[in-house]
Formats: sequence, structure tokens, C-alpha cells
Amino acid sequence: MFRLLTYREGKKMSKQQQHWEKTRTLLFITLAIWFVFSIGIFFFGAEMEASSIRPLGYPLSYYMTCQGSLGIFVVLIFWFANRQEKIDEEFGYTEREDD
Amino acid sequence: MFKGKFIDNLPKIYGTYTGGFLVFIILMAIAEQAGMSAKLIGIFFVAFTVLIYALIGYLSRTMQTDAYYVAGRQVPTVFNGMATAADWMSGASFVAMAGGIYFKGYGYMALLVGWTGGYVLVASLLAPYLRKFGCYTVPDFIGTRYGGNLARLSAVIVLTVASFTYVTAQINATGTIASVALDIPFNIAVYVGLASILMCSMLGGMRAVTWTQVAQYIVLIIAYLLPVFWISNKMGAGVFPHLMLADEVARIAELEAQFGLGEVKNSAADLKQVPKGLAGITKAHSEVNTTPWKFISLAICMMAGTASLPHVMMRYFTTPSVKAARRSVGWSLFFIFLLYSSAPMLATLSKLSLMDPNLATGIIGKSITEVQAIDWYQNWNQANLMFVSDFNGNGTLELNEFFMGGKAVVLATPEIAGLPYVISGLVAAGGMAAAMSTADGLVLAISNALSHDIYYKMINPKAETAKRLIVARVLLVLIGFAGATIAALEIQGILGSVIWAFDFAMSGLFFPLVLGVWWKRANAQGAVAGMLLGLISGTAYLIAVRNGYPGFWGVTQLTFGIIGSLVSLVSMVVVSLLTKAPDAATQRMVDEVRVPSGKTILGKQH
Repeated sequence: MFRLLTYREGKKMSKQQQHWEKTRTLLFITLAIWFVFSIGIFFFGAEMEASSIRPLGYPLSYYMTCQGSLGIFVVLIFWFANRQEKIDEEFGYTEREDD
Repeated sequence: MFKGKFIDNLPKIYGTYTGGFLVFIILMAIAEQAGMSAKLIGIFFVAFTVLIYALIGYLSRTMQTDAYYVAGRQVPTVFNGMATAADWMSGASFVAMAGGIYFKGYGYMALLVGWTGGYVLVASLLAPYLRKFGCYTVPDFIGTRYGGNLARLSAVIVLTVASFTYVTAQINATGTIASVALDIPFNIAVYVGLASILMCSMLGGMRAVTWTQVAQYIVLIIAYLLPVFWISNKMGAGVFPHLMLADEVARIAELEAQFGLGEVKNSAADLKQVPKGLAGITKAHSEVNTTPWKFISLAICMMAGTASLPHVMMRYFTTPSVKAARRSVGWSLFFIFLLYSSAPMLATLSKLSLMDPNLATGIIGKSITEVQAIDWYQNWNQANLMFVSDFNGNGTLELNEFFMGGKAVVLATPEIAGLPYVISGLVAAGGMAAAMSTADGLVLAISNALSHDIYYKMINPKAETAKRLIVARVLLVLIGFAGATIAALEIQGILGSVIWAFDFAMSGLFFPLVLGVWWKRANAQGAVAGMLLGLISGTAYLIAVRNGYPGFWGVTQLTFGIIGSLVSLVSMVVVSLLTKAPDAATQRMVDEVRVPSGKTILGKQH
């Protein structure tokens, strides 16, 4: 609420900028991990297929397309949500529960 | 039985519902043993579930705008995840996906990666910020962030093109299932499907759609997982197929070599005899069979499309808070993962049960006359979903002489594997749930954009609540009918139009949405240029490729969103930089959106 009060504006903005800085860093890390498992590894489909790493016995290429990458995305989103909540908390931007 | 507020009782209510549905399945199984006909079981399954959804839709009726447009913003995280999963997983996911994997293997699984990876973009780039904005529709965000009716109108155009392409496919799918299960002609079944869709959404808008989608998710996930686990156990492939099918995947590769996959090619004259829409196995099951770029470009389009499709985004407007919106994306993907990770397993089990001569169900290598005498072959052959022919005249069924429709993998596998018919009825109900839930989300996305953004915001800003909601409902019915009419014409296959919808959405909306939050300098002129030029260039490329233009960069008619979104990005940045920066008020608004706490930009009722 009192974020709108003008006499705090100068101090507030810098806090807000810091918050946004951290949020952006988290975004870049998240997108980097996302890029690796949604795009990066599929440049090496043939290499993955020939690889001796065989999760649960499946060929690596097959495993990543039908379970591996998908599962990593699920975990990634929850990890991202937790980190973002921590950042919001650090700067006092957490919502009231009854909002 | 249920004291207190509806929201607090959700786990109990849906727990009871799930229990009731399981009891219904058991009752049907008993009825089957007692001699109830297969046809009657199918009718019971579809009719019973559809009536339940209609009842939920009726109970959720409302005359308030925030309940109608955003379910009163009180849908808890996990339940919103379930509703989004149902909203997301369409007839294509449920009925066609396992079939696609069955026929095309690795290359097709780019869709699995794309349709899940997109949620990382939704969670990190868009959903929490749009929730903070407090908009009712996606064009509501575009219109307020950039300002001006032109931006709003452009967003509505892109939304309508993408969602309408998608919805005809879904109404088509409900029609297909209703016509098979209820045994009525397709062009009537389409309208039966439409009526069921409208019953869920008309009276209660988003609120009704939310609570029916949760119910539909429960039906569709049971209908998908039960047969997969059952078949796997019956075949002795493993109690938990997802973790234990490696030997079966290897066995298929072995059999493919043994039966000479890809060595014998069918002549054009032979292929002419095969009914339209059926295909044989031509691609290896687990081999990497496509170029990296082809795989990656398809995945990119599906991911960016996921983040731009309004019917998905608007589900995150219904959560109680920004934090809940973010977490809810994780839950959505978890619930989607349950089905998507099972589709390749179903394809594996289905293929093995048809191919392996050591299994009683295997047909490859048997004599043609023997196969033609099998009951299920005759049924599915009559439904135009299966076909065998002795091309080489040796009397034995070869791998290249067996043809199947993509839908048959999900619909027919339980029967082929020798499961009781009650499972086939269940699968039909699941497919119906999947197609209906997506169609509801889409029809609502379009009619909400037209009623809120065009009618209320542009034509008649003084309209009273009651009038606005009547207009919304009239539009809902009109759009539903338009969709059904086009679906009845059967212009395009289900999967093709779904992929196009992603490309359209990505071409016009991806960058205007993302840059609206992440680039303060983006202005109205830039956004309008981005949306319109993106959509136009993408569409032009699609039309050109369909008329014989070879295309460039390996971009096909399935990935034209790459061209559209690049044009959109470049034109948006260039035009924004050439014109005036957004005013101070808009910049402050963007700052506000980036902070989770505090009031939403747009009021609770607007």
C-alpha cells in the first residue's frame, strides 16, 4: 500500500530495482536449464542413442524424450517457484494470504 | 455431509466423486459379466459422465462478472493445476498422441517435449505477472498495458484465429467419439458434442468450466492410466510400465529387424487399396529417425505456442494470488506429465502386442485368413480403423501389410490385448472428457474476448453487468455453432489443426505478451505491428508452403510460427524504438506488475 506514498519513492525504487535484478537473474538461470533440456540435448540425438548411459535400461535419446526432459521441467518449475518466493520474501513483497 | 464453504470442501467433494466414478466402473464390469451388450456399456459411460458435467455446470451458474470471467479468483493451486491439465490435454493428446508415437517414433516425440517445456516459459515469463495484472482476458492485458483499442483489437484477432482453429478440431473429436459410442452419424454427433460442451460453460462461464474441468481430468486420467497398467501387467511386461519397459523397447527393435522393417516398400498401386487415414509402421520405434533441426524446430513452436495460447493463460487468472498462480503452473505440468509419460508406454505395449509372435495377441507372421477372422479385427475394420491385405500373395501377414488409424492405438489396444469391454467404454468416456474440457476452455476464451474486450471495452462501456453476461452467453453459443458447422465439414485432421493453432498463437502473441512484462520500452505501435505483421507473415508462409513453395531454413507448414514470431519480434522492436516511449504512467504500471504484493492493476470487478 504505502509503496505509492511519494516521500518513500526514491528509496522504494532502488529496493524494487534490486528485487527485479534478482528476479531477472533467476529467470536467466531457469531459462538456461530449460534450454539445455528442451533444445540443447536434442542437437545430439544420435550421440545420445549411441551413449552407454541408459537410464532404467532405455536408450538415452528415447528416455529423455518420453520421461527425462518432461520430469526435469516439472521439478524445474517448482524449484523456480520456491526461489522466486524467497526473493519476494527477502524484499517484503510477499502477498497477504487473504489477498 | 459437506458443511461450510464450497472451496474448503473441495478435496472431500472430488474425493467422493472419484470414489463414485470407480464404483460406476465396477458396476459396469458386473453388468458386462451379466451380459450387458458392449454398445449399451459405451452409451452408459458417455451419457453418465456427460450428465455429471452438465450438472456441475448447472450448479455453478452465476450472474457476477468476476465469477463468470475468472471463477471469482479463488481456485486453489492444486485444483487449478488439474483444471489446466484437462483444459490443456485435448482430444489430440488423449486419442492421437500415442498413435503418433506408434507410427513415427522419436521424431513425433518432439511434441511431448514441446507441450511440456512450454510450461517453464509460462511459469517464468508470464503467468504470475498476468495474474498480478488482474485482467479478465489476454487481450485485456494487451489493451491495458499498451493502451488503445487498436492493440486490444489486434490481440482479439490473433486470439480468435488461433483458438478457433483449435476448437474446430476439438468439436470434431467430441463428434467422433459421440458418434462411435452412441452409434449415431457423425454430422449429428457433432451437435450432440456441442450441446454437451455448452451445457458446461453457458450458465457459469469460467466458474462452471473450472469445476467441470477438474471432474473431467479425474475421468480422463483414470481412463488413460488404468489400461496402460493393466495391459503391462497382463503381458508380464512389468507392474510399473514407465520404469520397466526397457526390455520391451529393445524387443521391438529386435522384431523390427526380424520382420524387415523398411526393407520392403509397398507399391503405389498397393497403397491405393488402403483406406484413407490408415498407416503402416514405417519408422523404427526407438531409433533417432529425424534431423536435430526438424525435432528442435517443432519443439520450439510447441513451447512458444503453449506460452501464447489464451485458453491456457486465462486459467492462471483464477488463482487467489500471484504465488498460487506460479505454483499452479508446476501442478498443471505434473498432472500433464502423468498422461504424457504414459503415451509412449501405451504405444510400446500396443505395438508389442500386435508384433510379438510369442504373445497370443501377435498377428504379424500369422496367416491372413486367420487374422481376418479375429473378432476385434472385424470390428475395427468395419469402423475403418484397421486394414490388412496380402500384397505379396504369400498368405502370411507381413509388417508392411498391416494398417491402422492413429486413433486405434488408444481406442482399440484394450480390446486387442484382451481386456474386458468395460475398459473400452471407459476409454471412450476419457476421450470425450479430454476433448470437451479443451473445447470448453477455447470457446470461453473466444467469447470472453469478444464480449469483454470488443463489446464492453470498445462498443458499449456503459453496459450493465446483466447485459454484459447475456452478450457473453449469446456469443458463446454462436461461436460454438460456428465451430461445429466447420467441424462437420471435416476439412482438416485433428492433429494438424492443433499444431497450426500453436503456430498462429506464437506468431501473433508470444513476443507482445513477453515484452509487455519484460521490456518497459515496448509501446502500443510496436505491439500492434508485432501482432499483425507476425500473424500475417506466418499465415502467408503457411499458405505459400501449402501451395508448393519449398520454404526456407527447413521451416514446414507445421513450424511456420518460427517465421511469424521472428517477424513479430523484429517489427515490434524496430517500431517501438522508432516511436515514442510509453508514458510515465504506463512505465509505473509495468513496475507494479513486477512486484507480487499489493493491489492488482485492474480492479476486482471491471
